[in-house]
Amino acid sequence: MNLGRLFAIAFKETLQVWRDPRSLAIALLMPLMQMVLLGYGVSLDIRRVPLCVYDQEHSQTSRELVQRFVASDWFVIARNLNDERAVRDAMNRGTCIGAVTIPVNFSRVLASTGNAEVQTVFDATDANTTTIATGYAQGVIALATADFAARWAAAHGTRPPSVGSVDLQPRVLFNEGLDSRNFIIPGVVAVILGLIGAQLTSLTVAREWERGTMEQLISTPVTALEVMIGKLIPYFAIGLFDAAFCLAAAAFWFQVPFRGSLVTVLLTTGLFTVVVMGIGYLVSVRIRSQLGASQVALMLTMLPTSLLSGYTFPIDQMPAPIQAVTLIVYARYYVTILRAVFLKGSTVADLAVPILALVLYAAAIIWIAARAFRKRLD
Amino acid sequence: MNDDGPAVVAQGLTKKFGSFTAVDRLDLNIAKGEIVGFIGPNGAGKSTTIRLLCGLLQPSAGRAWVAGFDVGREPDAVRAHIGYMSQKFSLYGDLTVRENLRFFGGLYRVPRRDIDARMRLAVAMAGLEGREDALVQTLAGGWKQRLALGCAILHRPPVLFLDEPTSGVEPEARRLFWDLIHHLASEGVTILVSTHYMDEAEYCNRIALIDAGRLVAIGSPGELRRRELGGVLFELECSALGAALVALRQVPGVIDASIFGNRLHVLVQQAGIAADLPSLLARHGITAGPPRGITPSLEDVFVQLVSRPHDAVAGA
Repeated sequence: MNLGRLFAIAFKETLQVWRDPRSLAIALLMPLMQMVLLGYGVSLDIRRVPLCVYDQEHSQTSRELVQRFVASDWFVIARNLNDERAVRDAMNRGTCIGAVTIPVNFSRVLASTGNAEVQTVFDATDANTTTIATGYAQGVIALATADFAARWAAAHGTRPPSVGSVDLQPRVLFNEGLDSRNFIIPGVVAVILGLIGAQLTSLTVAREWERGTMEQLISTPVTALEVMIGKLIPYFAIGLFDAAFCLAAAAFWFQVPFRGSLVTVLLTTGLFTVVVMGIGYLVSVRIRSQLGASQVALMLTMLPTSLLSGYTFPIDQMPAPIQAVTLIVYARYYVTILRAVFLKGSTVADLAVPILALVLYAAAIIWIAARAFRKRLD
Repeated sequence: MNDDGPAVVAQGLTKKFGSFTAVDRLDLNIAKGEIVGFIGPNGAGKSTTIRLLCGLLQPSAGRAWVAGFDVGREPDAVRAHIGYMSQKFSLYGDLTVRENLRFFGGLYRVPRRDIDARMRLAVAMAGLEGREDALVQTLAGGWKQRLALGCAILHRPPVLFLDEPTSGVEPEARRLFWDLIHHLASEGVTILVSTHYMDEAEYCNRIALIDAGRLVAIGSPGELRRRELGGVLFELECSALGAALVALRQVPGVIDASIFGNRLHVLVQQAGIAADLPSLLARHGITAGPPRGITPSLEDVFVQLVSRPHDAVAGA
């Protein structure tokens, strides 16, 4: 390997990227766009669930209960209804996905016993949403019930009958707000870097074949390794720039708590970028048209990283054979690392296993890619 | 590199693509400082031969040495000692003249103290003074070709392979290009250049005629004209060219007849036969002027050679 030739290739490639609006747009605008789309678009939280209310009593207490649903911010009142049939119709039409029915004697029963019942009905077509919404509704009602009971007890000078002697207070670590965004955004960063990195490098060799410059290039004494490293240097710089942008957006714009060290993040991000760019380069060497290479790179990176990296769908919930498949999805290691560094402040030592996996991956890809480039036309 | 040996040697060089034989048992021996022209129809195997000699294709059989290095076994040593211009223009259109030169200078490891002088020379050679910072894609064909040649010789290679360097270039630019080639040869560079312009073949020291992957004949333009034709060539003006062609081919002593523009070229075994041709044609009702003996062009030679069955020319 000769440093002069390496520099010649890297410099030439940099000039070409700089003068190619398509490459530059992919490199600089795509991360911004995807960060906004995926960052805001993908959320597992449920907010502002449309709710119908059939308040048969219209008392001060029943209105207070309805108000507590609204105040929770998990629900909005879509419609106030006046009979059972209207509730069913509203659910059928999709006006609301849940309905609360407050019985006509709600406040009277509450006043006499300190405990009253309300009925909630949910549309379980989307089982996941409904499960979560039901949980939220129970929470709202439980809180209201406890307050009502306390008030009743105070008025009657006794202990509230429905409150048990054991009070369970679960404590959640690392993502205290149970905010799914904190869980997803680090994954989004990994997905974006995975896509962009492979896209960028997938064009670099194919472009030379398409424009006919490859024949001249391989007629010189340049070596395959010099071509690969020289070509990857400018894209690696762009990749790190994109990574810095996405990570900064995650920490400062989306306010994902960052508890780890910058060094750990940069080290692992550099490693991941090498893997991704190596894959793009390998595709580019194999497929000699830019369009074809870009498509294949997209297929190779998009599906595995979005479905199998664990960035939205938890890997430990997958069937065992699929879990085994995820072991070869390099993005899963980076997703794991980023999440842990952001939320838990994990160190390089804590993350030895996924980091080692990435190191092995990087070494294998670079080795294969370097050998795949042949300085021959046949 | 052995200073006394030939610059390019091929022995039984063969390249097959599947069942198609692109280059068929080719033998070549090119001395240092020679300009050898590869002539042949499209698809004859000119480009494939050049790519084999550059180490860009692996030979299916046979061997070749360029500047003393085996092209099949030491392709990188070969590449360091050759300059190559591929058939398709292949500099970087999105880089400037200067950037292209600097890039290839870097790849060929031109010494730092020499690079500026050599770049200036290449720019002057291409006639691009003052346009060093123009993007190459904005240049016209002739300038691009001369710049490509400039890039290919930055490292002062002893052997140059030029694959149809002047195709699609206007005549004036072609002439300038050949001046450059002769200048390089005078400095001792060995040049193998393919072309399909017959007039360019006359500029070469030797010509290798290639057809269907085979070397049909090789020699200086003069030798080929004298030796390969196997007869004496006459030109004949006459009416009804087609009918005359059919009639002449049946005459004993006439080797071949072919139409050249509005005349016939007739190849006869002995000059004496030619005088009888007008009276022979008169019997077929064709009026003809007196036959004139002419110097055969290379095109005559080439037409004659490729129309023969190949085995007949083996050993020619």
